[in-house]
Amino acid sequence: MNLSRRNFIKGVIAGGAVASSGAYLFRGSLPLLGQSSAPGSVERLITLTVNGQARRVDVLKQETLAMTLRYKLGLTGTKLGCDRAECGACTVLIDDVPHYSCSVLTHTVRNKQVVTIEGLASPDGTLHPVQQAVVDEQGFQCAFCLPGFVMACCGYLKTNPNPTREQLAHGVSGNLCRCQDYDKILTSLMKGAEYMRRA
Amino acid sequence: MAEKHIGRNYVPVDHVAKVTGRAKYAEDFRADGMLFTKLLLSPMPHARVRGIDASAALAIDGVRAILTADDLPELPGGAERALTNEPRYQGEPILAVAAVDEATAAEAVERIVVDLEPLPFVVDPLESLRPGSPNARLEGNAWGPPPPPNPNAPPGPPGPPPIVTIKWEASDFVAADMGRLPTGKPLEEWQYGDLDAGFKSAALVLDETFVIQSTGHHPMETRSAMAYWRNGKLFIHASTQSTAQTTAGIARWCGIEPADVVLIAEYCGGGFGSKGAGAVTTCIPALLSKKANAPVMMRVSREEESYFGRARTNMTGRAKIGFAKDGRLTAMDLFIVQDTGPYGPLGDHRSAGLAASLTYQPPAMRWRAVNMITNTPPRSQQRSPGPMQANGIIEPVITKAARQLGIDQVEIRRINAPAGKAEFGPALPNGRRNRVTSAFVREALARGATQFNWNERKARAGKRQGAKVRGVGVAVGPHGAGSIGWDSIMTIRPDGRLYVQSGVGNLGTHSVLDLARVAAEVLDMPWEKVEVIWGDTSKHLPWSCLSVGSQTTHGMTRANHAGAMDARRKLQEIAARDLGGSPDDYTIGGERVFARSNPGRGMTYAQAARRAIALGGRYDGHDVPEDINAMTKRSAAALAGLGLMGVAKDNYPRDGVTYSFVAGFAEVEVDVETGHVTLVDFLGIGDVGTIVNPRSLEGQLKGGLNLGIAHALFQKSVVDPQYGVSLTGRFHYSKPLTILDIPATMPAHGLDIPDPETPVGARGVGEPPVGAGYGAVMNAIADAVGEDVFRRAPVTADIILMALETGRRTHDPLRAHI
Repeated sequence: MNLSRRNFIKGVIAGGAVASSGAYLFRGSLPLLGQSSAPGSVERLITLTVNGQARRVDVLKQETLAMTLRYKLGLTGTKLGCDRAECGACTVLIDDVPHYSCSVLTHTVRNKQVVTIEGLASPDGTLHPVQQAVVDEQGFQCAFCLPGFVMACCGYLKTNPNPTREQLAHGVSGNLCRCQDYDKILTSLMKGAEYMRRA
Repeated sequence: MAEKHIGRNYVPVDHVAKVTGRAKYAEDFRADGMLFTKLLLSPMPHARVRGIDASAALAIDGVRAILTADDLPELPGGAERALTNEPRYQGEPILAVAAVDEATAAEAVERIVVDLEPLPFVVDPLESLRPGSPNARLEGNAWGPPPPPNPNAPPGPPGPPPIVTIKWEASDFVAADMGRLPTGKPLEEWQYGDLDAGFKSAALVLDETFVIQSTGHHPMETRSAMAYWRNGKLFIHASTQSTAQTTAGIARWCGIEPADVVLIAEYCGGGFGSKGAGAVTTCIPALLSKKANAPVMMRVSREEESYFGRARTNMTGRAKIGFAKDGRLTAMDLFIVQDTGPYGPLGDHRSAGLAASLTYQPPAMRWRAVNMITNTPPRSQQRSPGPMQANGIIEPVITKAARQLGIDQVEIRRINAPAGKAEFGPALPNGRRNRVTSAFVREALARGATQFNWNERKARAGKRQGAKVRGVGVAVGPHGAGSIGWDSIMTIRPDGRLYVQSGVGNLGTHSVLDLARVAAEVLDMPWEKVEVIWGDTSKHLPWSCLSVGSQTTHGMTRANHAGAMDARRKLQEIAARDLGGSPDDYTIGGERVFARSNPGRGMTYAQAARRAIALGGRYDGHDVPEDINAMTKRSAAALAGLGLMGVAKDNYPRDGVTYSFVAGFAEVEVDVETGHVTLVDFLGIGDVGTIVNPRSLEGQLKGGLNLGIAHALFQKSVVDPQYGVSLTGRFHYSKPLTILDIPATMPAHGLDIPDPETPVGARGVGEPPVGAGYGAVMNAIADAVGEDVFRRAPVTADIILMALETGRRTHDPLRAHI
């Protein structure tokens, strides 16, 4: 048997789960310029508004916002937990609405306001009320999911500033935590809602 | 002890970094000229690589290096390597390509031609025991028992046990046709007490089989890593549950000396046992970086994590248990077929046997097991490895017995509960049995039953209202909860601050910082003046435990208590030397050491630190105790002269083995028309010793309970038996718990009864809640719809509905990985 890898997949495991090494297709690490592009891709210099700042960035047609934020704008607070819109670790606000940035093409957010976890605190370092509440209640453990939860919460509170626990749980139910003390997470986010109402 | 820090909440310094996005996990680091790698994974569950043609891949512009198994050092005992020429599970990495970006690397992987010869494979451990069935490995299909200790063996961990071939007789499988686990010849066994007499005297004997599922660990952060070399040293950013004990593995996997590895791991995005001492795949970016002469980032995708990110051992267990009329156990006969995956081997089956003996205290018990090898994703210890599975196997039997004997569910667990220095397991070589340091399980059950309003809830259980019926359940989860003998280093410096070196991983339990609370307590330091140094092996850390096995809080509070007592003694000695009298004439307080008789006669910590530096020797770390670990000695040498050093090994005595326990109480509502289970309420009470950090304790209790609850209701791994491929590569399929799956509020508390065998009184907490969550929810379902509805977990809606529809269990009684 002498097959290319593609043929194994077709022939041996028809319809089964495939050991895909191409799970992420991201072109454009730091020494990007000078590389030949994949067929059909068009690199373009665009301007994004991220955390209130205009950022010029060179993006590919197929590039996701999560990758642009993390690898081109240095905003690594936005995490990738699944890259398939399942876990919510990459949640950011786009015009005040929470989105999975792993599943948003960067090109589509031109002329929109993008806010990441790094953009919540005031320039003088004062934490956003939800951040402060999470610190006060020690809301999270390993905290890899934290930025996504906090961004989803901030987005939800813009539509419902005075939620019940059940409502806020629904509001952040697109986010997974594997340390999974969801009870304490929710308590800290409820306190965040309270801080925001007081602010 | 005074209680300025122990038992009080505080703001862990890393939490501010976490909420602002500044906390850097492995994939958050960048280096100039950084390449990316992609992996070629085996599409087959078992095969041999006959050849690799990478010419087309190497011709792609931007491809810098290819790494295959031939580039990796051999490991002693044939241990698992990061890349292989004989893949033993689908998804096992065969080679890695480094390129200027991921698309190029992925394209190169696609163009590589691998000539694979398919080999026999087996997915189900029981199948591999049938006569004439395939073996998962060329060497055999099971791990034999560990060889007896060899007094002439070199120091270090013992090598792996032998791989053997074991096949049972066809006649052994008659039980399988009746849905019972066949019990052929075991490979390991122990026994204590008079088993036959125990069963003969029993008023009720039950014999039940239960299938415990495998589940992926799936920490939110996958095992991504970034590596580069500088001046012959490897710098690696990786995710690990231990800072101090990961470099040895990385060095071994890379074929270099541990002294040439610098590990930066300030934050770990969860591990749950899958990143105990790091991950073997960490060497891929390291060795690629060396080959390509550039930094290499390896981003592990969620799907890849589902293959090589580790999973819990699944077990099929059969428990025959005898009960007296009052519900007391008279004998237990436990047989476990463990599936340890293609590598390992794991010892979860042994921990399960010991946990069963401890939690249910049978006066006579036999434990038998086989540890089977299969071509399924590799296993490692997962949060409560073994004890959780024991809860799953045995709880249904206890619940059924209580119902048949007319005994309350809490009561049957209370009368069988371990108490005080309870004994467990078989006789040791010295003729005595192991015993725990302490157990307050009855107190936990009593507190929980009251707080949960158990009797009220019980009264309304089992009564159908419309399509809904409620049930209540209780279970006690045990787990080993502390090791001993670790080291600590701390310095009081001339700036008047206390610097505590912390070599444990920072995986969110906050024990990385909590251990310094003990030092602050002993030295009466305000917390603002304490700085914890962690997360980087170039920062001179002490020999510390792995943050696995719920051992950190116990092991490292002891070590830091010893180190702080050493510092305290040195403060007293310096004061006596300079101000007269004997050291015992002096005490400490308010960041000063002063005469008991005349508090004005003393010196500040800052002054004492300067004096320690002037005196040198043992005062500032130039002379250190003989018995500390070599790593601690190196770190102390590097820190010597910076201030007054407290450095010590934990030599405190301990009588017994440290275990913690959690009692879980669940109420569920089952919809008998849809089979859907709703968790209405849950309460957890921890017998976990003195509370060090209340909020972290609560988080650990609830997080562990929720992992068990998820195992009861949702979570599993599925492997196709025909093709041997994993079918749960994503969260959507593996079904972890979500925030909507828990009750609106979920209280959990610790009893706060100190363990008498450790100076701080604290035991570990991470793992015992898991079995409590698992068992309590399954028991509650059984209470609602009947004890015989299910004999496997997770208890999904289809299992419940089919059993209610047909009046009998319809799920496949023995098959694994479905």
